[in-house]
Amino acid sequence: MGVVYILWLRELKKYLRSRVQIVASLGAPLMYLGVLGFGLGPVFRRAGEGSYLQFMAPGVIGMTVLFTAMFSGIAMLWDRQFGFLKETLVAPVPRLQIMIGRTLGGATVAVLQGLLIFAATLVAGFRPVSLLAIPAAFLVIALIAIVFAALATAIGSTLKEMQGFQMVMNFFVMPLWFLSGALYPLQGLPPALAVLTRVDPLTYGVDGVRGIMLGASHFGIAVDVGVLLAVGVLFVAAGAWRFSKIEV
Amino acid sequence: MRGLLSDDNRIIRVQHLLRTFGTVTAVNDVTFDVRRGETFAFLGPNGAGKTTTIKMLTTVLRPTSGTLELDGLDPVTQSTEVRKRLGVVFQDPSLDSELTAWENVDLHGVLYHVPRRVRRERGEALLRLFELWDRRNDLVKTFSGGMRRRLEIARGLLHTPKVLFLDEPTLGLDPQSRNQMWTIVKNLNVTEGVTVFLTTHYMDEADRVADRIAVIDHGRIVATGSSAELKQQTGADSLEAAFLKLTGTTIRDEAFSATDQMRQFARFVRR
Repeated sequence: MGVVYILWLRELKKYLRSRVQIVASLGAPLMYLGVLGFGLGPVFRRAGEGSYLQFMAPGVIGMTVLFTAMFSGIAMLWDRQFGFLKETLVAPVPRLQIMIGRTLGGATVAVLQGLLIFAATLVAGFRPVSLLAIPAAFLVIALIAIVFAALATAIGSTLKEMQGFQMVMNFFVMPLWFLSGALYPLQGLPPALAVLTRVDPLTYGVDGVRGIMLGASHFGIAVDVGVLLAVGVLFVAAGAWRFSKIEV
Repeated sequence: MRGLLSDDNRIIRVQHLLRTFGTVTAVNDVTFDVRRGETFAFLGPNGAGKTTTIKMLTTVLRPTSGTLELDGLDPVTQSTEVRKRLGVVFQDPSLDSELTAWENVDLHGVLYHVPRRVRRERGEALLRLFELWDRRNDLVKTFSGGMRRRLEIARGLLHTPKVLFLDEPTLGLDPQSRNQMWTIVKNLNVTEGVTVFLTTHYMDEADRVADRIAVIDHGRIVATGSSAELKQQTGADSLEAAFLKLTGTTIRDEAFSATDQMRQFARFVRR
C-alpha cells in the first residue's frame, strides 16, 4: 500500500506545484465554454433545444478530465526520458503496484481539474438540477478519469519516443473528444457518426454526467455507468499488461 | 575449511555470460568473480559491454546464456530478492527533478520497504555525508550535475545494499566533485563493508579506488587483477599504458542509436 500511496502522492505534488500548467490546461476548455457556449447558444435555442450552455457544460467537464487524464499517463514518456521510470522499475516491488499508484494519481489530478472547470461553468451560468447531483456526478467523473488514465498508461508504456505524444493527441485525444457528443446531441445523427459516438467511452461519461446534473440522459445512467465500469476494468488490465512489458 | 576464494567470499559470480542483440554480441563469454567488500572496477572503451553486463547483474536485462549469481541468488529467477540487495546508480540520471532531494530519498525508501524511522535517520545521515542536507528541501531541478550524482548515490545507499553499482558515475563531473565523491564512497566501502562495483574509463579513478580491475573489450574480459598486477602483466608503467596495450589504440564508435537521439532531445528540452 505504501508504494501505491507514495506514487499517487508524487503525481499530486507535481500537479500542485505546476501552477502555470494548471492555468494553461484550463485555457482550451474555457475557450470552448465561452466561445461555443455563448456563440452557438442562439442557434441551439432557435432549434428548440433550450440552453446550449446547460447542455455543453458537462461536455466541457468531460473534455477537461479526458485531456488531463491522458496527459498525465503520457507524462510517463517524460519519466522514461529523464530516467525516473527506471528508479521505480528496478525497485523490489511488483510492477502492478507502481502502475496502480501512477494511474490513480493521474486520475485524481484529472478529477481536480474537473472540479476547477466545474466551478468555471457555474460562474458562466451553468445550473445543475440539484445540489445533491454534484457529488453523484463526480462519481461518474472519477470513473471517466480512471478509464482514460488507464488508457494513457497503456499507451505511455507502449510508446518509446517523445514524438509519440503528438500522435496520441491527434489520433486518440481529439477524436475521443469530438466523437463524445459533448458538443452536440446524440439524437438524429447520421448512422456512421452514431456508430462512432457509441464506440467512444467518453460518450457514456458525458451522457452520465448530463443525466445526473440535468436529469436527461440519452442511454440512461445505469447503462452509462455500466459501460464505464466495463471499459475501466478492460483499460486497467491493458495498462497493467503493457506496463509489465516495459524494458528499461 | 574456507580459503580466501571459498564461495562464501564471493558476492558476485559470473560464468560464461553471453548476451546478443540481434546479430551483435555485446557480452561474449564473460567469467569473473567479485569478492565481498571489495571495490571492483570494470574498465573498457565505449561499447565494450560494461553497461550490458551491469544491466544483467541488476536484473534489468536477461542474459542470452551463462550463469549469474549475486549473494547466492539468481538475478533472473529471484529478481525481487536480488533487487533488495542492490544499490544502483545508472549511467543516465534517474532522479525526479520536480521533487525535492528529500522527497527523492524518501520515495526510494518506500520503494525499498525501509521503515519510516530508518528512512528519516539514515536519510539524514547520508544527505549530511554527501553535503546535501542544507539543500534537502530544494527541487532537484535546481541542482548541479555533481549534486545530482551525489544525491543518486546517497539514495542508492539508503536501503543499506550489499552491492553498490556505479555505472560511470563521474561522467561529466569536475575534478573536485569526482574527488569528493570517491572519498565518501571509499569511506562507506570500508565502514559499512558495502561491495562497490563500478565502471569507468577514467584510468586515474580505477587506479585510485579499485582493489581489482577487469579490463573488458569487444564483450570479452582481456585481463583481471589489481592495478599493479595489470601494469606488471603488460610491462607498462601506468594503468593507462597497460589499458592501451590490452585494448589497442583504435577509436571505438558506438552506433548512434534512437536512445542517444532521445537523450540529445532531452538535453535540448531541458535547456
